[in-house]
Amino acid sequence: MRVSPKYTQIGAVTILGAATAFTVAILIFIIIFVLEKGLPVLSFNFLFTNPSDMGRSGGILPILIGTVLLPVLAIIVAAPLGICTSVYLVEFTLESRVTRLIRFGTDCLAGVPSIIFGLFGFIFFVTILGMGWSIMSGGLSLALMILPTIIRTSEEAIRAVPKAYREVSFSLGASRWQTVRKVVLPNALPGVVTGVVLGIGRSIEETAVVIFTAGSSLLIPTSLFDSTRTMAVHFYILAREGLSMENAYGTAASLIIAVLIVNLTAYWMMHRFIAKRN
Amino acid sequence: MSLEKNIKIDTRHLNLYFFEEKILKDINLEITSNQILGIIGPAGSGKTTFLRSLNRMNELEPGSRIEGQILLDGIDIYNSELDVISLRKRVGIVFALPVALPMSIYENVVYGVRLSGIKDKARLDEIVEKSLSAAFLWDELKDRLNLSGLRLSGGQQQRLCLARVLAMEPDVILLDEPCSGLDPISTSWIEDALIELKKNYTIVLVTNNTMQAARVADKTAFFLMGELLEVGLTKQIFTAPVKQETNDYITGRFG
Repeated sequence: MRVSPKYTQIGAVTILGAATAFTVAILIFIIIFVLEKGLPVLSFNFLFTNPSDMGRSGGILPILIGTVLLPVLAIIVAAPLGICTSVYLVEFTLESRVTRLIRFGTDCLAGVPSIIFGLFGFIFFVTILGMGWSIMSGGLSLALMILPTIIRTSEEAIRAVPKAYREVSFSLGASRWQTVRKVVLPNALPGVVTGVVLGIGRSIEETAVVIFTAGSSLLIPTSLFDSTRTMAVHFYILAREGLSMENAYGTAASLIIAVLIVNLTAYWMMHRFIAKRN
Repeated sequence: MSLEKNIKIDTRHLNLYFFEEKILKDINLEITSNQILGIIGPAGSGKTTFLRSLNRMNELEPGSRIEGQILLDGIDIYNSELDVISLRKRVGIVFALPVALPMSIYENVVYGVRLSGIKDKARLDEIVEKSLSAAFLWDELKDRLNLSGLRLSGGQQQRLCLARVLAMEPDVILLDEPCSGLDPISTSWIEDALIELKKNYTIVLVTNNTMQAARVADKTAFFLMGELLEVGLTKQIFTAPVKQETNDYITGRFG
């Protein structure tokens, strides 16, 4: 028996809509759950005072600093490296076995569990290069972790710029680099920014890599070679060692809000850029 | 070789391949200065490929290779000190699909000029007005120069593409079916512009619309299966073609 398209249409819309509603509901549930437990703890004092008694009481100032420094260092290293790589791969190489191999490699790296990057960072940066548990080791390890994501998202964004734009640019006497700078990159920017924001988000919320490479010091770092702790690690230690669930949730709430601020700022900047151009 | 003195472009025994496939076969064609050369022929006859070889656009596709010579003012454009960037500034092209770059109308027009290093605002303003006027677009757009080029209609975008090429003051303008997606009014705007422009430029117009060639071209060339079958004064090609195939194509018996 053939079901009338009218009913399959209703059925499809119901299932698709329900799946969406379910996903959004879970997301909202998690956020509300964390914020409900964390917000009462969250205050100016909590954010800007030093922790005491291993974090059982006091605030998270050094952790806040670590949470800003590590991703900033990671993104300063990974974004230019990743964007340049993707531009080179798309614009300056012909599709060949080598480029396919590189792409396959980055895809594999993107899928490697973060703890492997942590282990590598520990062996290479902390031990071999002698940087110790430090912001430097942590930032560089995080940079390696987010590099494949940035490369692949930028690559897709650059590839999505219509071929006709490039052709027009070349026909007007532009070199390949001028074409990249004036036409390709401005048009790929939203996608590139998305990749970078994803990278920032991943490095803010990363735990394993940071524990292995940046340590878990509760002191305010005074140099890039000091150990530090990020909110994600702080949350993990507080909860795992049963030190203080209140402060753990307070930290978690700060983390969620931090990620939200990063994302909103990035998208706001991007929209301003696009609006300005059009 | 040429008896006429004012030969702008001279192709000699031009063969063009994409990988192993021979797309253009032994093309010998002289293009006269300050005239419009119309190129007609059925789809797949190689007319677009020929056009794109005149400013080395085919090189952007993998696997292209040429034999023979293309001389621009007597200088071989493939094997000489003339680099491809200077070549494309002297030989501009308007593509079949109008593509405004995603920037303002003003920036679209001065794109090529800025690349040449002209920064003076007054000079750029002057170029924009002159180029848009020559493309019959100035009166429509003079108050909206900061509008994104993407907001224009297809016909306006195509005239913008023409203005963008004119801004560079090339010697030669190549047009690849510039009116294929345009309505009759936009088409006549473009045709009027071309007739006006040939005073200062050499124009090569590939068209699928044989009547368009008849209307605007001084000379017409007929391409078939990668060969230049016949070239002559437009009037002669349309009234007394030498080859049977030309006659069949013009009268619509195949194509």
